[in-house]
Formats: sequence, C-alpha cells, structure tokens
Amino acid sequence: MASPLLEVDNLGKRFGGFVALDGINLSVTQGERVGLIGPNGSGKSTLVNCMCGTLQNESGTVRFDGHVVDGLAAHQRTHRGMARSFQLPRPFTTLTVSENIRIPLLYTANTRRGAHLSLAEITARCEELTGLVGLAAKADKLPRDLTQVEMRKLELARAMAAEPKLLIADEAMAGLSQSEVADIVALLIKLNERGITIILIEHIMRAVMSFSQRLVVLVSGKKIADGPPNDVVNNPEVIGAYLGQ
Amino acid sequence: MRSFLFYLVSILVGAAFFLFARWVGNDYLFFAGYTVLQFIVLATAWNILGGYCGYVNFGSAAFFAAGAYSSVALHKLAAGIDKIFPESLAGLMNMILPLPIPILIIIGGIVSGVIGLGTGYLTLRLRGAFFAIATLALAVVLQTLIVNWDFVGGSRGAYIIRPNDIPILGSYIQYLFLVMLVLSVIAIATARIIERSRLGYGFATIRDDELAAEACGVPTLRLKLIATTISGALMGMAGAPFPYYIGYLEPSSAFGLAYAVNSIAMPMIGGTTSWVGPLVGALLLGIIQQVATVTISSAVNLLIVGLLLVGFVIVAPKGIVGLVQDFMRARASDQGRPTWRSRLAIFANMRPGAR
Repeated sequence: MASPLLEVDNLGKRFGGFVALDGINLSVTQGERVGLIGPNGSGKSTLVNCMCGTLQNESGTVRFDGHVVDGLAAHQRTHRGMARSFQLPRPFTTLTVSENIRIPLLYTANTRRGAHLSLAEITARCEELTGLVGLAAKADKLPRDLTQVEMRKLELARAMAAEPKLLIADEAMAGLSQSEVADIVALLIKLNERGITIILIEHIMRAVMSFSQRLVVLVSGKKIADGPPNDVVNNPEVIGAYLGQ
Repeated sequence: MRSFLFYLVSILVGAAFFLFARWVGNDYLFFAGYTVLQFIVLATAWNILGGYCGYVNFGSAAFFAAGAYSSVALHKLAAGIDKIFPESLAGLMNMILPLPIPILIIIGGIVSGVIGLGTGYLTLRLRGAFFAIATLALAVVLQTLIVNWDFVGGSRGAYIIRPNDIPILGSYIQYLFLVMLVLSVIAIATARIIERSRLGYGFATIRDDELAAEACGVPTLRLKLIATTISGALMGMAGAPFPYYIGYLEPSSAFGLAYAVNSIAMPMIGGTTSWVGPLVGALLLGIIQQVATVTISSAVNLLIVGLLLVGFVIVAPKGIVGLVQDFMRARASDQGRPTWRSRLAIFANMRPGAR
C-alpha cells in the first residue's frame, strides 16, 4: 500500500480545561472517500481546524503528503494541497461568485510549482468550475443573491479552485433538502472520480452512507470506530454514543 | 488602453488646473490647492488600509507628522552642519544638504513606511475596534516623542525658512503645489494599480473574511503588512513637504485632529471601494473647507466634516461612489450593450459586485 496522503498521529487539542481532541489517530490514503461522524461537540470541526491550520494542535503531528505540517499557517497548508469548505458558508460578500472562485486560483493554483496562469486561463478555469457546480448562470451575482444550496456549492467550488489533493468538506449539506443533499453527494463523488481525496464531515446519515468508503466516528474528542460504513454503524459502542446507553 | 487614458486624463486635469491658477495669478489659489491635494494623498493612503482591507486607522496624523518631522530633522541637520559633523565630513555634507523636496518626500515615505510596517507587525493581530485604538495610541506615543525631541524644536516648534522663489516657476508655493500635484497622481495611480491587481483581490478577501481568505491560500498577515506599509509611506510622503509649506511646524499642528478626521471622513463620504471615492471625497470636503476658511472661519471646518460624515453615514453609507453606482447599475443593466454609464463604471473600476 502506498504511503498515506494524510496522517494524523496522536493529535491533541485543549481549550482551557476542556479537552477537545484526545490522541486522535487517522490516516487517509490517496483517492479515498472518508466519512467523519460524531455527535454535536465531539470535536469534528476542531479536528478539521487542526488539520487545516485554522487552529494549531498542542500535541501530536499532522503529516500531509509526506511532510509534517504542524506550525504551518492555514494558507501554507492550502498551498500544499489541502482545501476545506466551512461548516457555515463564508463567501467573500463583496465579490461576485466568479471572483470568489478567482481568489484561490490567483493565490494558490497560480503560484504552485512555479505554474503561472495567464488571465485567460484563470477565466477559463473560473468558468469551468462555475459550470461544474452549476452556478454558471449566477457567476456575476453577489453571494447574497444565492440560495443556501448555491452558497454551499460556491463553498465547494472555491475549495476546488485551489486544486487540492485533499478536500475536507465540513458539513456541506446541513439544512438542505433531500434532493439537494443528493445533488451535493453526486458532486462530491464526481470530484473524487477526478482523483481528489475527500473527507466528508456530516450529520445526515443517508448522505454519509452513500458517499463513504470508510467511516470514522468521534465521540467527545476520542476516535471510537474506524472501518467500513456498515460495520461501523452496527458497532454497539457507536450506537451507544448516539442513542445513549 | 484604459490605463493610458487614465494617466492622460489625470495629467491633463492637473496641468489645466495649474495653468488656470497661473493665469488667475493669485498665489492663494496655489496655497489652498496644495491643502486639497494633500488631502487627496492622505485620503487615498488611508483607503488602501481602511477601505480595501477594512482596517480603520485613527493614527493618520502620526504617519503624516512622521513625514513632516523627518523633513524638519534633515533641515535642522543642514542648518547645523558645522556643529554636528567633523570638519572632514562637513564639506561633503554641505554638498548634499539641504536636500531638494522630492528627495525629502522619498525619505519621509521611507520613514513612515517603516513605522507603518512596525505598527502593522505589532497590531495586526488585533481586529476591529482594538486595531483602531492601537493606531490612536501610536499617534499619542509618537507625539510625546516629538515633543521631547529638542533637535526638531520640541514643543516650541521649528521654523523652516523656505526660499522665496525658485528658478523657472518663480514663486516657491507654485513649486510646492506642483510637487503635491505629482504626488497625488502617484498616490491615485498606486491605489488604482492595487485595486486591479491580485493584491487588490487579496485585500478584499481580508476585508470580507480573513479565515476564509487563509483557507483560499491568501497569506493574510503578509498582505496586511504590505497594506500598512504602503498606506503609511504615502501618508509620510504627504507630510514631508508640509514644513516648507507652513513655515513653522509644532507638534500640535502636525499631529492635529484635522488630519486624522479628514483622512477617515473623505474616503467614507466619497466611497471606500474604489480609488475614485477618496478622490471625490477629498475634492469635495477639501474645497468646502477652503471656501469656509475664507468666507466664515477655519474653526468651522471640523464641524462641516462632522456634519457631512453623520449625514452620509445615515443617508448613503456607501458614499458618493455607492450612490452613483446604484444609479448606474439600475440603468446600465437592462440593455445588454455597453452604455456610457457602464463604460464609466468600468473605467472607475466599479465592478458590478463591489460594495
């Protein structure tokens, strides 16, 4: 087996006296689709923030693409090929949809490995991405003119524009209707087929089950299960964590 | 093409005003015009940090004064060459000093730029109101330092005897006016270049959402340092010729409230998202203040600024540019073809999405 793309080793994070993450181990191989679930407050978002550099972990290491990325700022990790979408969409509100997508193109894809994109290439890439997520008709609109589902799509498109190796989608579907969820799952699978490794953090089990090849469960800062989705959801410990013993 | 047009228009407008003032033949026109131009530079400089990045700087006066006092220090150095330098160096220094105004402007820009960089490094981890308070504190600290620095006159102030006239142009005030005219074109061109570049997009993401900007690969800290440095340097450049203009500089005038208030109010009234905003705001407020000084009293200046600012914040929070933009968007969008309004909008870089 090839060396994993992302390797989280014994990761720990506290907020004052509260232990948010306690010795998390996780490894994700190239091209995998991993689902990350857990009850509210179990540390899923904190784990994402520590992996992406929004928060710095206090103990343990995060290794990405063969390099230790601890201590690197979020934008440096993005340059190395890690991209994320936020739990609540955080578009740049004064920029149009296509300008939103332009930002990672200008700042990440443009400077990586000395590749310099021409203005025409950037515009073409922009159009391709808005087309991919179905926002082409709204490219010149402001984020405030978008619906919730379109906002989530913009969030994903912006993460995609950085040409990541690993995409971390933090609750990309919360609050969406069934058909909208199916839309986003289909989109994520399409991205995965292009060779992008995806970690999906989600509450909606139907989406997680249809998307994930492997399921990881966090409960109060600890990993309690990791394996094929069907085994994990039948794990008595997981059922206990969700329903109470 | 558009850039060429921009430079052509700005040079023509500047030259036309200069020739007009010469034709009128009243030096007061240059005297008043200099102040307006100085505020164009200050407002544009403030807007690079305040408008593009969303970091409100209350310490504009400190950067302005740093530029002014670097000129005073160099002037004093020139006056006291024999006392300060050993004989061997004095001859050499006599050849270099006194420095011409453009060099003083560059030095003032460097001094204030370095102060901007340092301030940025110390304060940019602060957000919102805390950053504003820190910049205010900077102004107080710097003023205290200057008050206690005897070499530049301390609290007594410093007299700068400027030459009466200058070759070719004649009167010295015309020369200062011309220098400030060039400087304001440079400032506006800088703002315009930033706005259209990758840097400008980066600044906009910082204004909108720093966390999301980082996630998109924008090095936010570095960009903020670039913004404070450019903004500070331009303010210092505006301040450098000031001692020669005013003739007598004391800390309370160089650090005056008027500079801090005006450099915030002008972009806010004009509109903060485009280089046009500070220009329009500075022209409007600057001219109103100059007229008020002559017709009523210079004491009402700040009152006028305050009232206008309150009015605009309530009626048109996006400033004049925002008002015009809304008007143009309403008219220009219903036909597909470009109209003079949409062309004007593109020229002024009023992107359809801009706030």
